[in-house]
Amino acid sequence: MAEQLAKRPITVPLMANLAAAGEEPEILFWVGCAGAFDDRYKRVTRAFVQILEHVGVKYAVLGMEETCTGDPAKRAGNEFLFQMQAMQNITTFEGYGIKKIVTACPHCFNTIKNEYPALGGNYEVIHHSTFLQQLINEGRVGVSGGGEFKGQRITFHDSCYLGRANNIYEAPRDVLAALDADLVEMKRSKANGLCCGAGGAQMWKEPEPGKKDINVERTEEALAALDGNAAALANLNGVESGNAGATPAPRDAQQRSIIAVSCPFCMTMMSDGVKNKERESNVQVFDLAELIATAEGLSA
Amino acid sequence: MVKNLSQEKSVICYAYRVYFGPNPKPTLFPVTIQNIIFLLVALAGIGLFVWQVRKIRANILVGRDRDMSGNVAERLQKTLLVAFGQQKMFKRITPALLHLVVYVGFLVINVEVIEIMIDGIFGTHRVLQFMGPLYSLLTGTNEILGALVLLAVAALWWRRNVKKVRRFSGPEMRAWPSLDADMILYIETVLMLALFTMNTADLKLHQLRNEVLPGAYPISSLLVGLFPADVTALHILERVGWWLHIVGILAFLNYLPSSKHFHIILAFPNVYYSRLVPQGQFSNVDSITHEVKAMMDPSYQVPAPAVGPDGSALAPTPFGAKDVNDLAWTNLLNAYSCTECGRCTSVCPANLTGKLLSPRKIIMDTRDRADEKYNSPLIFSPNLYGQEAKHETQEQLDRENHTLLRGYVTPEELWACTTCNACVEACPVNINPLESIIEMRRFLVLEESAAPNSLNVMFSNIENNGAPWAFSPSDRFNWADDLYVATKETGVSS
Repeated sequence: MAEQLAKRPITVPLMANLAAAGEEPEILFWVGCAGAFDDRYKRVTRAFVQILEHVGVKYAVLGMEETCTGDPAKRAGNEFLFQMQAMQNITTFEGYGIKKIVTACPHCFNTIKNEYPALGGNYEVIHHSTFLQQLINEGRVGVSGGGEFKGQRITFHDSCYLGRANNIYEAPRDVLAALDADLVEMKRSKANGLCCGAGGAQMWKEPEPGKKDINVERTEEALAALDGNAAALANLNGVESGNAGATPAPRDAQQRSIIAVSCPFCMTMMSDGVKNKERESNVQVFDLAELIATAEGLSA
Repeated sequence: MVKNLSQEKSVICYAYRVYFGPNPKPTLFPVTIQNIIFLLVALAGIGLFVWQVRKIRANILVGRDRDMSGNVAERLQKTLLVAFGQQKMFKRITPALLHLVVYVGFLVINVEVIEIMIDGIFGTHRVLQFMGPLYSLLTGTNEILGALVLLAVAALWWRRNVKKVRRFSGPEMRAWPSLDADMILYIETVLMLALFTMNTADLKLHQLRNEVLPGAYPISSLLVGLFPADVTALHILERVGWWLHIVGILAFLNYLPSSKHFHIILAFPNVYYSRLVPQGQFSNVDSITHEVKAMMDPSYQVPAPAVGPDGSALAPTPFGAKDVNDLAWTNLLNAYSCTECGRCTSVCPANLTGKLLSPRKIIMDTRDRADEKYNSPLIFSPNLYGQEAKHETQEQLDRENHTLLRGYVTPEELWACTTCNACVEACPVNINPLESIIEMRRFLVLEESAAPNSLNVMFSNIENNGAPWAFSPSDRFNWADDLYVATKETGVSS
């Protein structure tokens, strides 16, 4: 049993129970609809909770009291529905006296942080990439030597609502740097990052007629960066000369590599893109929280 | 005669003598008919320009009110960096350097325009020569910048017409916008050549008379050999260069309002009035906030509707934007500041993958529609040039749905947007196409219930289940079932 891990069950604390006991959590973990319902992203939610449990942060979730932030409604132009949702959530937050919210969804993050204040909801809102960065900086998550990801080639896909929308580019990269992996950048990264194609309520509709799906375009770029395929990178549209960074060293496309994401929609789009390019045998899409939880040996 | 004149007059007289030869007729003020003609031309040129600018200003102000006051220090800093300092241009180094040369050339060579204006009105010749070494620095810098501008303009023309950089094409780059882009380069070339003609002829005239022309002319001194050694011909060449340069500038000034080149003026206010909030923050619709608050709390007092000057209630403004006057004035300022460079469209994920959406088209459509709806503020309507096929009959123009939305921008374009902010990030002068897209989406959804059906399904899922997907709210916490964390301490063994 030496290397057989012990595991302990987690009872995720509900805000209602804490409030009934007169307790106050350090953070409210906002799970979001994708984190609660999407099978793939539920694994991210669970990984993040494992990290919270591991470091001993006092947290709580709203459980069934949570409801959509209204982001997709607002982006689609349905301001009325957005405000109804926002008011309902603000009422919940105010009822519990919530001050600090952490979420793994950049869309929820952006909406609560930037758009709720106009409706009377003012909170400290932190995306989980920043939260994980803080845990690593404080030494509360060690990720000793990067664990199983040491030396693996990883490329990070910027989420629009984390990056351009809120200027968070370094936190997710700092988190990945802790893995001691072979981190490579796509040509269109950070402020120049290309959208996965799901934002602005595109997640819930078919794309307009065109030549290609956006997630395929982005996945091709990610694969070219992971493979160090200079020819494929040179053919990208929207990258003018003088705007292209270094090309990663070429490597065998059969080697295992990872596309890291920090958003549930990006997760869906990039995973579909990898399937479309028939590379799922060796290219995996992971959220930052999954990578950290795995490297820290918290999976159970 | 000269010794009886004041110092200033002697300078003028000296200049006059330089100009007309060693034996001038004695005069106190060397004004000729030429100067009177110049004064009239300059006044007409500037007056016409002011008239045009006022028309465009009125067009911009038909937009909805939006308070952009305050934060002066932050706004000025941004204007210095982004507009004056060209910060965002440098995301693409080659065009940035070429543009920088033309921009700096424009700024510095315009100092010489001040001299040309004074000379033109008062009949002086190279009036700033009293600056001595500084005048040499000015003229020398101007000559070198002038030559660099010519090279840069040639390179920019090559990028547009030979290399055919992708972003310079597209369905919205119709006949006029494409011609306009080249016209600007041609006009700049003519202006620079006029400057060199003037300087070279002047220089050679002085050489023939064994006199020294004040100032430094590193480029023109290389060209004197190409000019005839004939005093009359040189004299004419000098005058032609001088008049072509200044009349060219005045004509160019009046061309600006019809052209994308108007950005040389509007880039500055446009950056100053651009948003300071995070790009992900979309505007709040306050009128809806009142309605929602009233629904949730019956005691909530909705503010009284706006009243006109006579006390009667004004017609309620629609949710979102159907036409240009439904957009904020800052969105219309955006439209007139656009230089059609296409950086927005070249990074748009929808456009890159072949969808109809082009952020540049949204902005150009907004400007063209404002020109059309508000009696084009311009001397002529070049923005609509080449677009005649679109408006076949007056009847078509008068149709109710001939508005920005549908008349110019189709719902298909609007629904292709992923709201990724790439266009906003890319614009060198902080134009925000996304705001206009969202305002038109709001009109489609809130006023016409014209969202794509799949989005209506998403809306009703949120309303009924509290999630955009059709999941039961009672399953929302199921993710927490059977959850464990590995632990190095003693725990439940697997």
